[in-house]
Amino acid sequence: MPLIKPSPNNNTIYDVLIIGGGVVGCAIARELSKYRLTIALLEKEIELAFGVSKSNSGIIHPGTQNKFGSLKGKLCVKGNKLIRKIAKELGIDFKEVGELIVAFNDEDIEHLKDIQKEAKRFGIAKMKIVDRAWLSKNEPNLSPDIVAALYVPSAGIISPYRMTYDLAENAAKNGVEIFTDNKVLKINVLKNAQVPFEISTTQSIYRSRFVINAAGLFADEISKLVGVDDFTITPRKGQEFLLDKKRENLTNHLIFPLPSKESKGVLVIKTSDGNPMVGPTAQSVNDKEDRATDEEGLNTVLSFVKRMVPSINGHDIIAYFAGLRPVAGDDFIIRHEPKVPGFINVAGIQSPGLTAAPAIALMVVDILKNNGCRLQKKKIFNKFREKTVHLFKADRKKMKRLIKEDERYGDIVCRCEMVSRKEIEDAIDRGARTLDGIKFRTRAQAGRCHGGFCTTRILKILSEKMKVPVTALTKRGRGSIVVMGERKV
Amino acid sequence: MKKEFTCIECPNGCRLCVDVKDGKAVSVEGFKCPKGEKYALAEIENPTRILTSVVLAEGLSLKMVPVKTSQAIPKRLMMVAVDEIKKLKITQAVKVGDVIVKNFLDTDADLIATRDS
Amino acid sequence: MIKRDLIVVGGGPAGMAAALSAHEHGVKDILLLERDQFLGGILNQCIHPGFGLTYFKEILTGPEYADRFIKKITAVKDIEVSLKTFVTQLTGKKVLTSLSPGRMDEIKAKAIIMATGCRERTREMAHIAGTRPAGIFSAGLAQKLINIEGLLPGKEVVIVGSGDIGLIMARRMALEGAHVKAVIEIQKVSKGLVRNVVQCLNDFDIPLYLSHKIIKIHGKDRVEKVDVARVDENFCEIAGSQFEIACDTVLISAGLIPENELIEMAGVVMDKKTNTPVSDKVNQTSIDGLFVCGNAYQIYDLADSVTKDSILAGKMAAEYIRGKL
Repeated sequence: MPLIKPSPNNNTIYDVLIIGGGVVGCAIARELSKYRLTIALLEKEIELAFGVSKSNSGIIHPGTQNKFGSLKGKLCVKGNKLIRKIAKELGIDFKEVGELIVAFNDEDIEHLKDIQKEAKRFGIAKMKIVDRAWLSKNEPNLSPDIVAALYVPSAGIISPYRMTYDLAENAAKNGVEIFTDNKVLKINVLKNAQVPFEISTTQSIYRSRFVINAAGLFADEISKLVGVDDFTITPRKGQEFLLDKKRENLTNHLIFPLPSKESKGVLVIKTSDGNPMVGPTAQSVNDKEDRATDEEGLNTVLSFVKRMVPSINGHDIIAYFAGLRPVAGDDFIIRHEPKVPGFINVAGIQSPGLTAAPAIALMVVDILKNNGCRLQKKKIFNKFREKTVHLFKADRKKMKRLIKEDERYGDIVCRCEMVSRKEIEDAIDRGARTLDGIKFRTRAQAGRCHGGFCTTRILKILSEKMKVPVTALTKRGRGSIVVMGERKV
Repeated sequence: MKKEFTCIECPNGCRLCVDVKDGKAVSVEGFKCPKGEKYALAEIENPTRILTSVVLAEGLSLKMVPVKTSQAIPKRLMMVAVDEIKKLKITQAVKVGDVIVKNFLDTDADLIATRDS
Repeated sequence: MIKRDLIVVGGGPAGMAAALSAHEHGVKDILLLERDQFLGGILNQCIHPGFGLTYFKEILTGPEYADRFIKKITAVKDIEVSLKTFVTQLTGKKVLTSLSPGRMDEIKAKAIIMATGCRERTREMAHIAGTRPAGIFSAGLAQKLINIEGLLPGKEVVIVGSGDIGLIMARRMALEGAHVKAVIEIQKVSKGLVRNVVQCLNDFDIPLYLSHKIIKIHGKDRVEKVDVARVDENFCEIAGSQFEIACDTVLISAGLIPENELIEMAGVVMDKKTNTPVSDKVNQTSIDGLFVCGNAYQIYDLADSVTKDSILAGKMAAEYIRGKL
């Protein structure tokens, strides 16, 4: 994917400029790339998906547990359907594993029935309340204290960052210009002008007819730049804990407790790469970059999930992290701002934002259409993307063929997750610039040794391919340099 | 002045107590064997250490060639020695035991390679 | 499918000693698989002296100790060495799958010796709270960066754990010009050799904080500081004892874990707590003819002990192949 290095003189006049390279911004970019528009996407971090999207659970929600009539509910149900098609077109692994919302007593079962009733109004199909016998057969590691569960088969799992990258890659292929490491500082709004927006960034100045604010945690700050300040984003921290891949078959479904008012609760999650994950917590924080984990978070999560799956063991945890949900009240804020014609806010996209992203993109297209953006479909839109190869997912036959075709597939760099040199080099060709970028795309360094064995090799490959010294490489951009000196004579 | 330290000659790890006057050891206590006494005297009057490090290589299969001093060198020279090593570059293949610098820093010790390059 | 008498997986001290010993005990068809482009394993990055005292009766550095075995292996024609070869699969029937650049092979052996070594416990396994900035390294990774790649991981360093690896890295970082501000040890005493406490810490005036632990790591992009506190008998933080140390680097030296995922895959009965095979005899597993030696069998303090037990593993495999075990 061509990540464009911003130049100080950008004379292009864009029809649409998207601020934010998370899953929402990238889904919008890809949807808009079907039309004859000149589009730019700006991301403040060095790589895409480095904000909210990187620490998403990867769950494609069916749409239960949302209020009827809410944007969240509507877009989630629609997104759940759309994502299947997009996953096929873009070669993203999507697995419909289904979810179980569990009940410990009769009172809980009544609660499940309410959820089921509400969900039916959304049009969620094939749900059923399953009993103890069903659970014993289909989910043997579940606590015997669980008496029943609401089974929702349409829940699925996907890799949130790969979904973001693949949407962006396809958007770029269809003409969207993507600029990273490019933070928006100021937006000038020229009244009654043909091209009303002048966006100044840390790297350049862009001019555009329409601006879409998909800036995640910073959407309130971007909106303020054009004088719309009627909402604030409050980060809500979620700590997640990843288990060793050896425990891949810990559960067969996503396991949910009954939801509370603030969140869907602490879950036992299956992930697209096989490692089970437990979490998240839900704590409101002040700092939009506070991604620290703590012992309390770990203990809370363990005590919650052990109640549902008693065999979960702290020893199986190989990694943990914290993400921040961009919360702006109870629902998503997706609207054109009449005070600033041409400015569209897409804010407060917390859970189920990943699921809803494709539906949000369609909604944004409608908003553009209704507000004077001329939309004409392109004659040629390339909707397909060649599936990224992951050696660890290939069967023996495919593995043998791959290695024969390109010997670099036989050169293993990351031993814990079985990632080859070829995959690392491909990731760099597709836009990875940092150790984390390589990790999110390939899983190298994400396994049980946590990069202890492969980091040096990855640094060397990055340095060779990017033609920069190892001392300039970072973990995730900005000041996160990896090594602080190199022997030179 | 009394100085206390641990003998490192063998796993016994005797706690040695040395009476020092004008930089010279007057008496040593606490050792279980003569090695301890000898070690204590050396530690007070002229402590020495084997230094190991790596030397930058160019055009060889190794990027860094590990090296060591062929015998212990005075402890006080440690950082000077490291600075010298940082200035070196090996451009021709070496084998284990090959001398990189003879009579390193006039210590009588040679700096030798500890791995085939 | 390729068939061999003996496959040794791993070309570090354990694998080399096992292969040589099996050969001395009569096995004439040996394949030694090594992931890296060199033989020697982790010894190549252990450039400090302290190896060989019991086995060779002299003090050697890690690379010198390895070199003695590498030269011997290279001289034995019956031992075929395959470098850059990575084993991805192992079955209970002693069939393994290996990948190397441009190749994928399935090989069946009469006997297999796994000498796969160990990995380091990570910050995650030690459950150290805080952020995840750049600048947190396992001690072994830092050692590799400095000694193999000539790279300096950081300049202001705090080390977690005072085992020998932690101590040796404290000295190594100090010699490279870094300021090692503290070694933090949760236990009451250092687990390392007295010699290393003296020569690695005292020589460089590096403070050792016993009965202390890191409470939290701070820093958004790169490590900025750590919170440290004194702990009680149960390793719990003593209220009011907390203080902070500014640093840009944290090295984790929190112990080693045998790498035994392949034998686990093959169905060997494992002790989950130590990640080692359950067995009543050294080097043995629950699968006949599948042996484990070196740090994969148990974590040894000295390379010399690895050599000693691995020689035995080679002998056991030879006897098994001859039907005498």
